[in-house]
Amino acid sequence: MPTPHPKYRNSAAFYDVDGTLIRVNIVHAFSYYASRHASLATSALRTLRTAASVPVFWAADKLSRKWFNEIFYQSYAGASEDRLVMLADELFEDVIKPNIYPRAPELIADSRRAGCRQVLLSGALDFTMRPLAKYLGVDDLIANSLEFQDGYATGKLKKPFVAGATKADIMRGYARQHGIDLSESWAYSDSFSDFPMLAVVGHPTACNPDFRLLRVARSYDWPVLDLDEDPERAVSRRPRGLRRVRRTPE
Amino acid sequence: MRAIRPKTRASHREHVVTIDSDSAPRIMFSGERFLLEDLPIGTRVIYPRRPMTQVANPRAAIRYALSHPDGMEPLHALLSPGMKVTIAVDDISMPLPIMRTPDVRQLVLEAVCEMLADHGVDDVHIIIALGLHRRMHDWEIKRMVGPKVWADYWPDRLYNHDACDPDGMVVMGKTPHGELVELNRRAADSDLCIYVNLNFVPMNGGHKSMAVGLCGYESLKSHHTPKGIVASDSFMDPPNSFLTHSFVRQGRLVEKHVKVFHIETVLNNRIYDGPLSFLMKNEDNFTETDRLKFSAMKWALDKMPFAARRELLMRTPAGYELIGCWAGACEPVHEKVIAKSSEQYCVEVEGQADILICGIPFVSPYNVNSKALNPLLVQVMALGYFYHMYRGKSLLRDGGVLIITHPCSDRFDPVHHPSYIEFFNRILTETTDSYTLEKKYQDEFAYNPSYVEMYRRGNAYHGAHPFYMWYWGQRGREKVSRVIVVGADNVTVPSIMGWETAGSMAEAVAMARGTMGRSAQITMLHQPPIVMADVK
Repeated sequence: MPTPHPKYRNSAAFYDVDGTLIRVNIVHAFSYYASRHASLATSALRTLRTAASVPVFWAADKLSRKWFNEIFYQSYAGASEDRLVMLADELFEDVIKPNIYPRAPELIADSRRAGCRQVLLSGALDFTMRPLAKYLGVDDLIANSLEFQDGYATGKLKKPFVAGATKADIMRGYARQHGIDLSESWAYSDSFSDFPMLAVVGHPTACNPDFRLLRVARSYDWPVLDLDEDPERAVSRRPRGLRRVRRTPE
Repeated sequence: MRAIRPKTRASHREHVVTIDSDSAPRIMFSGERFLLEDLPIGTRVIYPRRPMTQVANPRAAIRYALSHPDGMEPLHALLSPGMKVTIAVDDISMPLPIMRTPDVRQLVLEAVCEMLADHGVDDVHIIIALGLHRRMHDWEIKRMVGPKVWADYWPDRLYNHDACDPDGMVVMGKTPHGELVELNRRAADSDLCIYVNLNFVPMNGGHKSMAVGLCGYESLKSHHTPKGIVASDSFMDPPNSFLTHSFVRQGRLVEKHVKVFHIETVLNNRIYDGPLSFLMKNEDNFTETDRLKFSAMKWALDKMPFAARRELLMRTPAGYELIGCWAGACEPVHEKVIAKSSEQYCVEVEGQADILICGIPFVSPYNVNSKALNPLLVQVMALGYFYHMYRGKSLLRDGGVLIITHPCSDRFDPVHHPSYIEFFNRILTETTDSYTLEKKYQDEFAYNPSYVEMYRRGNAYHGAHPFYMWYWGQRGREKVSRVIVVGADNVTVPSIMGWETAGSMAEAVAMARGTMGRSAQITMLHQPPIVMADVK
């Protein structure tokens, strides 16, 4: 079989995770934790509080990813580290794994075959991402870490926050450390907020992009992937008037 | 389908018309529009032959071919219960535009599948032999194979070939010339392969079917090179084509390991019929109705938005008909197919041209159902296909001028041609030298994980495909002194490809005469449909 192109020996592929490789995001993860409390009453209360906060989270995210992080991660204040880490495997099995986009594992496999180092670069919490990183077989995981005091979360993130322009800085540092040529590297994201991360590499790729990123990708001629499409079928670009072709029942 | 039987045998005079002072203006494609141009007196216009009469009963002709093959036993004698059979079938890159249903491939597949079922052969897979073309959409496959085969085989036993599947490809060895041969694993492991071919131009079919249709990138690299294209005089003339010689070597190696039963079909050139049949006529013979129909069509197309114009043309199927079907061993079958297709497509022409005029249509083998004929595909139609439409001697003499009509818009289909966009905007602006491009960038694109993903699971052409498109025009680029575009909506796109622009056909002819002299011989290749020149 063909060997990878030698040019890609010093290349890396950086993947945003939420919305890019998986359908769920950090709010889903937090909701999972909120609904898994030992006391039924506390579970109900925290679930309701999370649901009520969603509009605030949404508005904060629209204004600034930094504000969003500060507000959102306050919700973790007081949670025990042991519990968060222990529930992470269940979170992966119950929430994350069923929501991995169907074409994401193959994208990573193709990229690895080309000789690129595989790196997840996520604004989610590191302990929630570790089982996913292991499942996808990536080389490195860079994610946000919660600050803990005496085994309990303070509700603050350790700096630097993995978000926005900081992602680009982290990628530059990673490249220096591992001898990676960013001009021959890839970045994959679904959101316009990750524009700096995409702009820093030679091969930016939009995956399931939001409207703003789609417009940018089209203007800069970046490839656009739809990882949510069933790999067995190619259903896009259906002419109007033709009925959707269904699989024959087994 | 109404078959029009020619009243007389086609003669040379019918196909080569010389423009005089009374001649009507000529219709030519310019992308999704039509132009009506007055050509200089003395210009030769080469018309295709009339469509040959279709076989009386296509299904019977196919069944006859299966039972009376050349160089092999009949198909039924090769079958035994429990054997593993793979049917490979050409994709929709041909014919152009898509043909009316039932597609000839549907007729062949139905006959073959029925025979396999009658002989207790159940382990049957149908693979769309794409090579490095884009995966066909499900609705395209359904239209091509017909509802019966679709219902019985899709999706588990009817699927697209995947040249980048590390587990799905197998290396068969190397030819005596050192050309690597990779093949689809399912086909390589089969007791019998059946190849269903639709022959539209002489380059297709024969050993190309297996060697290219089911190959991988590394084996395609052996012949899809600038050097290979330059050495093909022309690639539409199999005995003089380097490409064909390489396909033959690879195909023979494949057939040392795998038994292949080839079924090849030839279509006539009835691209337009019914209300559009006037497009097939000599403009001097237009009736008043024809002129009115053309004016109405031109007016409507000019008023339509681009996307609607394109959809309308792309969704108007051609009325192609089956004129021959042969089956059996590759080489004797292909010899008969080439003879038949030459009978339909080749026209005798006296002497070469100094200036060649070609209208570039909206469709090419690589943009069926795409959103645009992008600039690279305009180039491949001009300097690849149309330049190479000859046998023996090139229609346009070395150092001649090629005039084409196309808007050359900066439009690409990001779903079907993502790697073309980067190739055109980043790579081609750095160098247009095919040899440098091949050495420096081709593998980089071929192994780009984003492009690999889009080829394997989306509907994109392989990352290396735009390189082949550029190489396809290499012989034309080396032999033609100037390419002048009439009707371009910008100068940037033509200039990236090293072309000039002219505001009108008269200006383009004057520019070309500036190079070739006042007495330069001007020839127009009248498309549609396909015509090939036998230059004497």
